[in-house]
Amino acid sequence: MSNSLKKRKAKDIIAAVFARSFLIFIIFLALLIIFGLFLKARPILSIVSLPELLFSSSWHPMKNEFGLFPFIIGTIEVTLLAMIIALPICMLTSIYLSEYAKRRFREISRFFIDILAGIPSVVYGLCGILVVVPFVEFTGELIGIQTTGYSLLAGGIVLAVMVIPFIVSISMEVLRMVPEPYRESALALGATRWETVKYVILKKARSGLIAATVLGFARAFGETMAVLMVVGNVAQVPKSVFDAAYPLPALIANNYGEVMSIPLYDAALMSAALILMLIVTIFSLTAHYALLKLGKTI
Amino acid sequence: MSRIKIKQLSISYGNHQVLKNVSLDIPDRQIIAVIGPSGCGKTTLLKSMNRLLDLNEDVAVKGEIFIDGENIYRPDIDVTALRKRVGFLPQHPYPLPMSIFDNVAFGPKIHGLDISSTPAVSGAQEETGKKEGMRRFVEHYLSLAGLWDEVKDRLHSPAAKLSIGQQQRLALARVLSIEPEIILADEPTSALDPISAKLVETQFKILKQDYTIIFVTHILRQAKRLADYIIFLYMGDLVEHATAGQFFSEPRDEKTRAYITGEIS
Ligand SMILES: Nc1ncnc2c1ncn2[C@@H]1O[C@H](COP(=O)(O)OP(=O)(O)OP(=O)(O)O)[C@@H](O)[C@H]1O
Ligand SMILES: [Mg+2]
Repeated sequence: MSNSLKKRKAKDIIAAVFARSFLIFIIFLALLIIFGLFLKARPILSIVSLPELLFSSSWHPMKNEFGLFPFIIGTIEVTLLAMIIALPICMLTSIYLSEYAKRRFREISRFFIDILAGIPSVVYGLCGILVVVPFVEFTGELIGIQTTGYSLLAGGIVLAVMVIPFIVSISMEVLRMVPEPYRESALALGATRWETVKYVILKKARSGLIAATVLGFARAFGETMAVLMVVGNVAQVPKSVFDAAYPLPALIANNYGEVMSIPLYDAALMSAALILMLIVTIFSLTAHYALLKLGKTI
Repeated sequence: MSRIKIKQLSISYGNHQVLKNVSLDIPDRQIIAVIGPSGCGKTTLLKSMNRLLDLNEDVAVKGEIFIDGENIYRPDIDVTALRKRVGFLPQHPYPLPMSIFDNVAFGPKIHGLDISSTPAVSGAQEETGKKEGMRRFVEHYLSLAGLWDEVKDRLHSPAAKLSIGQQQRLALARVLSIEPEIILADEPTSALDPISAKLVETQFKILKQDYTIIFVTHILRQAKRLADYIIFLYMGDLVEHATAGQFFSEPRDEKTRAYITGEIS
């Protein structure tokens, strides 16, 4: 074997070894976090059963009642609401930018989207308090619902505004990645641009768009600061979008380190964190699985 | 008779001029071959004839192309309708991301074509129903493109699974399915084995009774075999255009002579 070939093989092996080590490290880190959370959360199960922890609505740490149900519901609802608001906007925006807009306009828009994506969470929270909360209060009044404005809806709107630049930016890249000849093939048959998008581009880009959405969801689930500032933080199961809610991340951020005098409080918060992680993981895995199935049918 | 007239056509990508002041009348209901070395602007010329160049923002088109007396670069032209009349077969086949069947059914579907009036189905629809009508329609065009026998048992599997040669024939079926009057074909046999290539060539010869076929080829022998009329481009210039007989037996231009004899390529 020649010398240079030996060198190349050595480089190949080194690269593989490094890549594998880092991968193992990352997997290890994830497992470590889950395991650590689990250890810290376990004591809570000595006084409340798992079903009670998950499905009880009474949250009175003083009386040793640790029902996380309102928080779990709050998390899921605020996230779903945000995605319901965000998704149509994101898809239409990215389709417009990728398929209809001129390149110059696309570049300028990309610049502004990047700015939006870079705004810190707390600033979105402030804008939420200044604009969205009064807007929700006003809307509630209009349709005759008593609300302070600090509500599920306000949380959903703020969260939507936060994830939109993120999802739009990825979706646009995904759409731009569809090779030009696909557009040509459809257009050459006399398809309109919208028909091309609907029958060809969206199909080719589907898995990428779903991935962008899943990433957006995962981000929205864990987002704390801005949501915490506008969502009201009342431990109840909200009856309408005008009611206050209390998502898990807000619960943890608001309380951790404060009331450690109450026994098992921190174990309860740890279990909240663990549940949050599980919700995100289950959601992502399901979405990816669904994506795989979808991909096979194309 | 000529329904396609090109007048002083210049095309550039950015500031790279690709076609230089091309003027030409293209005869009707014949097979026309566009030949010339790689990069001379054959694909560009073809795409200019159904406004497919519009997709690229960097392209600047000067001059006029008249089809049936109408300048297709007039701003108020209906590009969708134009493209239905002037079908395009791309150099690299990219099947639409759907089944083989749907690839052929796509064109008629978006145009709301009444398939019962097409020669493929002609009247059979009343007895057989819409679904069967479409099936016959698809079968007709897949057979025309010489693909039917290979795919008849897997019409509903994804078109992307076909071999490149099969994809190229599928693209042919697809373009025929919208019943264009003019067919632009960019190296339609480049991915085909000699037998499938022969099939497509035979097909073209049949089709020219009804269609004007303009095709690009690298292969001189193919142009000789197939074409009634030759357009020779060299580095963006229209060097010579003439009937095939004249072009090959008594070329007027020095470059043509050199190209035919293989001195330049
Ligand atoms: N999208 C584009 N952007 C910039 N330049 C382009 C583009 N498409 C083609 N060109 C250039 O225009 C010239 C002509 O290209 P064209 O594709 O028309 O050549 P061709 O004759 O079809 O070549 P081939 O036989 O290799 O397919 C080439 O120099 C090419 O680099
Ligand atoms: Mg070409």
